[in-house]
Amino acid sequence: MGHAIGRFLTTLLLAALCNTVLADLATDTGPAPGPGLHDILNQLASRSFDDKEAAIRQLAEQDHPRVVPLLNALMNRDLVQHRDSGAILLGRKNSDGWLLLDPVSEAEQQQVGSRDARPVVINNRLRTVINNQLALRDLASPDSEQRYQAAGQLIGNADPEMLSALTARRAKETVARVQDRIDVALNIATLDNDDLAARLNAIDALADSLHPAAKNALRDRVAASDNPAEMRAAEKALARIEARIERYQTADTLFFGLSLGSVLLLAAIGLAITFGVMGVINMAHGELIMIGAYTTYVIQQLLPNSHEWSLLIAIPAAFMVSALVGILIERFVIRFLYGRPLETLLATFGVSLILQQAVRVIFSPLNRTVVTPEWMSGALEINPVFSLTYNRLYIIFFALAVFLALLTLLKKTRLGLQVRAVSQNRTTARAMGIRSERVNALTFGLGSGIAGIAGVALAQLTNVGPNLGQSYIIDSFMVVVFGGVGNLWGTLTAAFSLGIANKLLEPMAGAVLAKIIVLIFIILFIQRKPRGLFPQRGRAAEE
Amino acid sequence: MQFSNTLKRLTAGIMLSGSLIYSGAAMAADTIKVGVLHSLSGTMAISESTLKDTVLMMIEEQNKKGGVMGKQLEPVVVDPASNWPLFAEKTRELISQQGVDVIFGCWTSVSRKSVLPVVEELNGLLFYPVQYEGEESSKNVFYTGAAPNQQAIPAVNYLINELGVERFVLAGTDYVYPRTTNKILEAYLKSKGVADKDIMINYTPFGHSDWQSIVSDIKAFGNQGKKTAVVSTINGDANVPFYKELGNQGVSAQDIPVVAFSVGEEELSGIDTGPLVGHLAAWNYFQSVYNDANDAFIAQWHDFTQDDKRVTNDPMEATYIGFNMWVKAVEKAQSTDTDKVAEAMIGMETPNLTGGMAVMNENHHLSKPVLIGEIQDDGQFAVVWETDGLVKGDAWSDYLPGSKDLISDWSAPTKCGNYNTKTQQCLGSKAMQ
Repeated sequence: MGHAIGRFLTTLLLAALCNTVLADLATDTGPAPGPGLHDILNQLASRSFDDKEAAIRQLAEQDHPRVVPLLNALMNRDLVQHRDSGAILLGRKNSDGWLLLDPVSEAEQQQVGSRDARPVVINNRLRTVINNQLALRDLASPDSEQRYQAAGQLIGNADPEMLSALTARRAKETVARVQDRIDVALNIATLDNDDLAARLNAIDALADSLHPAAKNALRDRVAASDNPAEMRAAEKALARIEARIERYQTADTLFFGLSLGSVLLLAAIGLAITFGVMGVINMAHGELIMIGAYTTYVIQQLLPNSHEWSLLIAIPAAFMVSALVGILIERFVIRFLYGRPLETLLATFGVSLILQQAVRVIFSPLNRTVVTPEWMSGALEINPVFSLTYNRLYIIFFALAVFLALLTLLKKTRLGLQVRAVSQNRTTARAMGIRSERVNALTFGLGSGIAGIAGVALAQLTNVGPNLGQSYIIDSFMVVVFGGVGNLWGTLTAAFSLGIANKLLEPMAGAVLAKIIVLIFIILFIQRKPRGLFPQRGRAAEE
Repeated sequence: MQFSNTLKRLTAGIMLSGSLIYSGAAMAADTIKVGVLHSLSGTMAISESTLKDTVLMMIEEQNKKGGVMGKQLEPVVVDPASNWPLFAEKTRELISQQGVDVIFGCWTSVSRKSVLPVVEELNGLLFYPVQYEGEESSKNVFYTGAAPNQQAIPAVNYLINELGVERFVLAGTDYVYPRTTNKILEAYLKSKGVADKDIMINYTPFGHSDWQSIVSDIKAFGNQGKKTAVVSTINGDANVPFYKELGNQGVSAQDIPVVAFSVGEEELSGIDTGPLVGHLAAWNYFQSVYNDANDAFIAQWHDFTQDDKRVTNDPMEATYIGFNMWVKAVEKAQSTDTDKVAEAMIGMETPNLTGGMAVMNENHHLSKPVLIGEIQDDGQFAVVWETDGLVKGDAWSDYLPGSKDLISDWSAPTKCGNYNTKTQQCLGSKAMQ
């Protein structure tokens, strides 16, 4: 017993010794005199953000290899305050709570429960301070991407110390895009210079920049200037920037329209098969999209470690699941109702309610999270005022790919030929030896499967919940009817023109009114041309 | 795993409803019936079903403690299915047919407006647990969520004083709560000297998912030199695509912070909050608040739902306070009679979950602390600012011309929900807008 206690004490003493030695070593390597890192860090325990800011600035002034890791740790909420001792330590979250480490030496200290330590709270002001400090250090980074980001962070909020760092960096910089950003930052600062010639030069240089900070600095210059030549130059530069921004905004609106159009196309294209080609009014179409979205969710749950590529598996899986459900609906409900559109409408509406409620029972009425893979997050930045978000960009291409694949399937394959034959004239097709029952089931399955694929894409843009389908069913019918029933190219044209029209109206009329205007337009259009943009000709259309 | 859990819940539910029917027949006289009026299907199910579970959890615990006045509490759960007129019908059913003594329910203001005439006609008792636009005070309703002066006004003050914001985007869903709140905020901002051109107002439909052009407009509005913030009254699941789009278009909280009044832990549990760190929300409670009462409540909630990932949020705290106050008021009045309980409620104090006391005022609104939190990467909020003491809920806003002279006082001798202090008259039903 006594022996055990003795051993325990020895271990404890040894550990304490180790800690002091390590801490000494750490302070030995750091040449900076004055308060130690521990003291500075412990000031972060204050509740006042002003005190914390002072501590961060003091920390940043230290010449110590741990400064950058500690600033990053503060940013990522890895610096925690121990509840009992009040000390600021490095915390690693694990299943039992927190593993606390010494912030300087990273030596393990103790394991505590999840509510026995809490991260140091920082706010947006402190985040900006930390980001600026990190950017200042990143300016010297060997990685040009890091230097580029750092220069971007410093544009418009650089203080004199940072300006001298930027000037020093500019002399050494070799990469053009980093040079450009540093120039913008330096020129903005030069606008406050006392030398008129330097200011005029800066104004000229800034006229080519689309950075918002450049525009605002020029506007401030116009307001503050008392020299007519300078004012004229600044106004000219501003006008040039505004004109370019306007052009890019038009491009932006077009992109938004294309993106909305591609969503409409995806939602409607399955319906273009079941409603357009087969003539079945399927009110459960939206729920087939929903099933596709939930399939994506389930696949991500089954493959928790591969969010980056699980979407590639989700696409065929969603197609199969939705197609299967579609075939079941066709076999057990719609088959008995061909030629009776009103009954089909009611029956499929019932099916849609059943599917929604089934999802509520299985997955709960709450929305499910579908993870967006890294390669679909963020935006392709073309310049500071024009960027294309990756998820929208991919979905435009994806919608077009699905459309082309479907077109090829209908035009080039044996199944496509049979589908077209049955939809044009069932009796003659059967006389030619086509098993129309089987073709009906397969066609309906195809349309449903494509709805499932649409669900995979929509899961990236909107909420995956039981109501997902309802919000797209009206849009889908709208697109198919507007484009002309039975015509895939009509669906494509209708989807993109409605998408772009909606987005052109939105800035003027607001989101609510824009949607209403588009709906009224379609109602009027259908009154004039009941068969849509591209009416189908021939005997089939007369039925 | 998910599925087996659901099955378990399903069988539990069937057994529960079976026992309810049984107990309803056998011991109707020995129980106090508690109505639960929250949507379990439709668009609002995402938010409201949590509150139904909260009430059931509180009832279960109260029954373990021996019930109220020696009687067991018996929940009567109905599903108004996010259908506003159905809320009124279900209320009538609860009070007239089921004979419940109190109702905990509603989320959207439009559902409360639908229920209001029914509880007043039948002299029922409703506890409403969600932050709302104010401009209302009923003898039969206790408002345990925040009034605009307990959420919207302090949040805007924080933006102006702490972040130096000079330009405001007021973005909301198109219905009564955002429209009234924005009207109050617009009047308030103008009284603070904010110019017309520095305020942009935008409304979108329920469940809006295509945010690209609106976010792009916000970005352009915020790039004009002055510090800009978005004040969001966007409601329900439209928030998820909104925040996703903010992240994708690179609008960071350091550039344009968004302060939301309808986004809590529950709504964030649907998104990856990495890109949203630093955006704000104003509430009277956050799950991340450290104190023993809150720790115990969270543990109880995890225990009840058998899921330690479930989050707690502000309307749950409001339900918790309302329920505890009702229990105390019934015991004080020694009766479940609406008038007696309503009288006992005024001045009632119970602990809240942020380490203080909640007080029910004579205007049927609570006194609460106001907290501002920043979104963290784990889907929780870190409190960055809070009021020094409690803020008393104000039923009638001081910033709207129509309501600035009105007060609500249900204690004797005034006993009026909309008393005009200038003309010294009780407007009664005339003040209903």
